[in-house]
Amino acid sequence: MTSNIARHHGGATILLSFVFALLLQMFALPDWAESFRPDWVALVLVYWCIALPERVGVGVGWLAGLILDVANGALLGQNALTLAVVAYLALRLHQRIRLFPMWQQSVSVLLLITLHLMLVLWIKGAVGQSAETWAYWLPALTSMLAWPLVYIVLRGLRRAYRVR
Amino acid sequence: MARRSDTIKPLFIQGPSITTRLVALVILSTLMMSLDHRQNHLEGIRSTLSLLVYPLQYFVNLPVAASRWLGDSFSSRETLQTENARLKLQQTLYKGKLLKLQSLKAENMRLRELLQSSKKVSERVLIGELLAVDLEPLTRQIVINKGSYHEAYLGQPLMDTEGAMGQIVHLGPFSSTAMLITDANHAIPVQVNRNGLRAIALGTGAPDKLDIPYLPISADIDEGDLLTTSGLGGRFPPGYPVAMVTEVRKDPTLPYAIITAMPTAQLEQAREVLLVWPSQYLNQINIADEDITGKNKGNPGSNTPGSGDQPADKDTAASSSP
Repeated sequence: MTSNIARHHGGATILLSFVFALLLQMFALPDWAESFRPDWVALVLVYWCIALPERVGVGVGWLAGLILDVANGALLGQNALTLAVVAYLALRLHQRIRLFPMWQQSVSVLLLITLHLMLVLWIKGAVGQSAETWAYWLPALTSMLAWPLVYIVLRGLRRAYRVR
Repeated sequence: MARRSDTIKPLFIQGPSITTRLVALVILSTLMMSLDHRQNHLEGIRSTLSLLVYPLQYFVNLPVAASRWLGDSFSSRETLQTENARLKLQQTLYKGKLLKLQSLKAENMRLRELLQSSKKVSERVLIGELLAVDLEPLTRQIVINKGSYHEAYLGQPLMDTEGAMGQIVHLGPFSSTAMLITDANHAIPVQVNRNGLRAIALGTGAPDKLDIPYLPISADIDEGDLLTTSGLGGRFPPGYPVAMVTEVRKDPTLPYAIITAMPTAQLEQAREVLLVWPSQYLNQINIADEDITGKNKGNPGSNTPGSGDQPADKDTAASSSP
């Protein structure tokens, strides 16, 4: 019991990082910039899945997705499902991704976010709402570019607050 | 203490259970999506969760609200004066129009009584503010700072000063999400103001375009025609402007005319919206409605006596009976 508490440390940091990601996700941008917005919640989720797979996993991804659904006015369960899948893959691959150099990590993130977008598109297609443009896939690219930033900031936070 | 065991990180922490967990969650979310889609069974969950999200929305809106406030406080005396003059002029004009409205309304009621089809023309109105929050791309939705606490309800119509804007699709306690009439999933029953021709205006997903499908090429509709709400769907009260017809293409090889229209409401610029309680809804929940002046002269259909105890009065509420 005590060892469990001692091992789990800095839950507030994880929570706040998710809250901050949600804020960035909701922040109003001008129309042209909106489609460039990286998928912040997914990025933060991927980071914690890789860094602390024993704490952040499928369940956290699902919950974050559910909150995102409510914040976004999306179909309830849409992002929950896709982020759970993203978390699952990140967990499965975490030992490999950890060892990758930064650019390779970014490419893995690109693939994960593309998968996330594709799943969302499928769900939207299934319920009959798809006004499709190429701009839809831009978040995958910008997320890839934002990954080093997210990685460095969250690693700094993790070390500073000894999140375990 | 248990320090020692911390330093050795366990290698196989998840075991096989994460796959099971994923499968369970995927099934759960699929179930939720099918319940949420069309049937709105999960509005309770959504509204509870929106209580968590509301502080975030509020926080995100803060910089925008602050910049507006700064802009207002530091605008120059000259701008204020010109604006003031413009507003005064406008108010005089509107007042003049309203003078006529009172007598027209009375006349209308009299005529309706003659026709034995007395219906109430008054509606309650509350002003809501838009929160500067971005929602899903590809959808046309907005977040407003009024919710079930302010007696808003699911499906409630929203207007701005120029026309119909949309309706509430997700209701939270203090904020709600509304779908604009330009959303690709939205349809609003309309009629041509000039001749009463009924039609449906479908959203296209584009910010300033509505489609009017299923009108035969012989239909009497022209560019520049004003489309107003017909009230047939039961959601929007009748008689509010919706859109102006911008293009009518009558191709004899096609079964229907291709008609597009532009919404009259300032869907992309509006900061405030009017939440409207249509009269039949007021009847249902038995809320007393009231006049702009608080009096109920010349409005025989309204049941105003208890109007003072409405929660909306404390707010930025303005009640009117257009």
